[in-house]
Amino acid sequence: MLYREAGQFKTSYAADQAIFPIRQDRWLLLAALAVAYIVVPLVGNEYWLLTIFIPVLIYSLASLGLNILTGYAGQLSLGTGGFMAVGAYAAYKLATAFPGLNIVFVVLLAAFITALVGLAFGFPSLRIKGFYLAIATLASQFFLIWLFNKIPWFVNNSPSGVISAPKRAIFGQLWVTGAEASPAARYLFVLTLVVVMTVIAKNLVRGRVGRAWMAIRDMDIAAEIIGIRPLRTKLLAFAISSFYCGLAGALVAFVYLGSVEATAFDLDISFRILFMIIIGGLGSILGNFLGAAFIVLLPLLFENGPPALGFNIPVNIVTNLQQMIFGALIIFFLIVEPRGLTRLWQIGKEKLRLWPFPY
Amino acid sequence: MDLLYRIFIDPFVQMGTAPDLLVQTLWDGLVAGVLYSLIALGFVLIFKASGVFNFAQGIMVVFAALTLVGLYEHGIPAYLALAITIAVMFGLAVGVERLMLRPLVNQPDIILFMATFGLTYFLIGFGELVFGGDPKVMIASQLGLPKGAIDIKFAGGFVSLQKIDIAATIIASLMVASLALFFQKTRIGRALRAVADSHKAALSVGISLEQIWVIVWFAAGLVALATGIMWGARSEVSFALEIIALKALPVLILGGFTSIPGAIVGGLIVGAGEKVAEVFWGPAFGGAIEDWFAYGLALVFLLFRPQGLFGERIIERV
Repeated sequence: MLYREAGQFKTSYAADQAIFPIRQDRWLLLAALAVAYIVVPLVGNEYWLLTIFIPVLIYSLASLGLNILTGYAGQLSLGTGGFMAVGAYAAYKLATAFPGLNIVFVVLLAAFITALVGLAFGFPSLRIKGFYLAIATLASQFFLIWLFNKIPWFVNNSPSGVISAPKRAIFGQLWVTGAEASPAARYLFVLTLVVVMTVIAKNLVRGRVGRAWMAIRDMDIAAEIIGIRPLRTKLLAFAISSFYCGLAGALVAFVYLGSVEATAFDLDISFRILFMIIIGGLGSILGNFLGAAFIVLLPLLFENGPPALGFNIPVNIVTNLQQMIFGALIIFFLIVEPRGLTRLWQIGKEKLRLWPFPY
Repeated sequence: MDLLYRIFIDPFVQMGTAPDLLVQTLWDGLVAGVLYSLIALGFVLIFKASGVFNFAQGIMVVFAALTLVGLYEHGIPAYLALAITIAVMFGLAVGVERLMLRPLVNQPDIILFMATFGLTYFLIGFGELVFGGDPKVMIASQLGLPKGAIDIKFAGGFVSLQKIDIAATIIASLMVASLALFFQKTRIGRALRAVADSHKAALSVGISLEQIWVIVWFAAGLVALATGIMWGARSEVSFALEIIALKALPVLILGGFTSIPGAIVGGLIVGAGEKVAEVFWGPAFGGAIEDWFAYGLALVFLLFRPQGLFGERIIERV
């Protein structure tokens, strides 16, 4: 009834090419943005903002990056954590070396540096593919973390090896990093970056570049024959993907956690992000947000669910059970819907279109 | 200059002046390499027969060793515990086939790969829940494995060979030989190779995929058990063992995903290379280069042979 496109005529090419051709989708998106920008900062308390909304947004950004590389360009990567670490450390070096530089430029420059690093580690992809490439990207993961642990220059010779985000404001007294930053300010800062980057990603993947990536993903030899340059396309995917991951890493270090060490970006993070894109849906933009929300919320549910229901289970058993259920759920999800939560959303939309007269 | 000296000259000087250290390092590396090979072997078995990149192989090693030790701690005699562990690994193979592989048949490789991640998490949680997370001592002597070391005089120094390492090498070679025989000579072995070649063709000549998968996962479980016993006897049984699974990944790309000899040779190269690099070149880089050296080595190999040392030639068609 409500969700129907009948009567919505497209009279121009621009309307035909719109990102959301159906009016209800646009309204839904605007409503979601309004909730995210107005309701959440007003209603959400510190706990909600810091443990749910900010991590979900930041991990969505990282999984957006990985999805560009793996879901769209078809290059399986397990080095996400390493690239996020590059973003975090680059942001730290930039912020401490140039105290006057605005925080927005700091994180964007850090992301740009990560893109260059990603470019360098993308070179093996020209020669190898599939799982061989996945293992090769592990090299970048281990090497980068080792590098940040070993060389004191990256942490400004601090003996603890921890980088702490200095106090920075967007303008005036509006602190977004450091201890004085209010959760709402941090949240809005992250949200704005995520919205902008998502719009860019959405337009990238439906344009010429994105089509080239998908052609490479589906069959790289065929893509080469129809005139797509594998070298440029693959490296571009690596660079842009690393840009997103680096930005996410810088935000993790500066806005979310405040102070991190290199081990915060270990292999576990890479796997987590990979879970997000698989559970959310490979090759979709919305899926990143669904997947990130799922992976961030699931452990919280395990922690708070049983006590809320009145069960008192010892902590160590809970962690073990949590891991078991997490593993089983992943397998379950893959069996039920290998194409991820996005696919469920699409099926729901199709159903809604015909409702209430499905025949 | 100093760094260049420490990279290009100093290590070789050290090797020349203390050949016993070099031999000892090589031996240690090769023995560690045998264990990498065994883990890689488990990977290769499953990859060949089902095209599944089984990330859970490392945790299967831990799980098998934990089950063995845990059963012994509950007062079950060592050999009986071994038998029960083998039964548990069979149960695991059947369970994996029923609950994970069968519903996921015909899915893209990456989905199956992620499913083995799920399996990894599940087994970690399950193992810790049942047997606890504390490190345990492997019941090596109860299983009749030798202890102690043999010292050999060599070039003015001593090279000490742990007896358990020698036993590990012998057992590993026996296992590989019997696996090779099994693959080449038996009916099931032929069926396995047929499945490895093509699922569809194998199905069409009446080979049961389900049965083959159970057998392959069981074989991988046995390999995991042997690896767990060997590695546990050298250090201890704990979830830290999981790390060695990550070391086995470069072995795989070095040797090729589908080649059993590749897994063996790759493991030895990685084991020896890594130890030698750590001892002689490690100080120049501030140590702990073991973490990524194997990956670097594998990458260099890959640039020249994308299919690995012994992998089948990749032929692509559009």
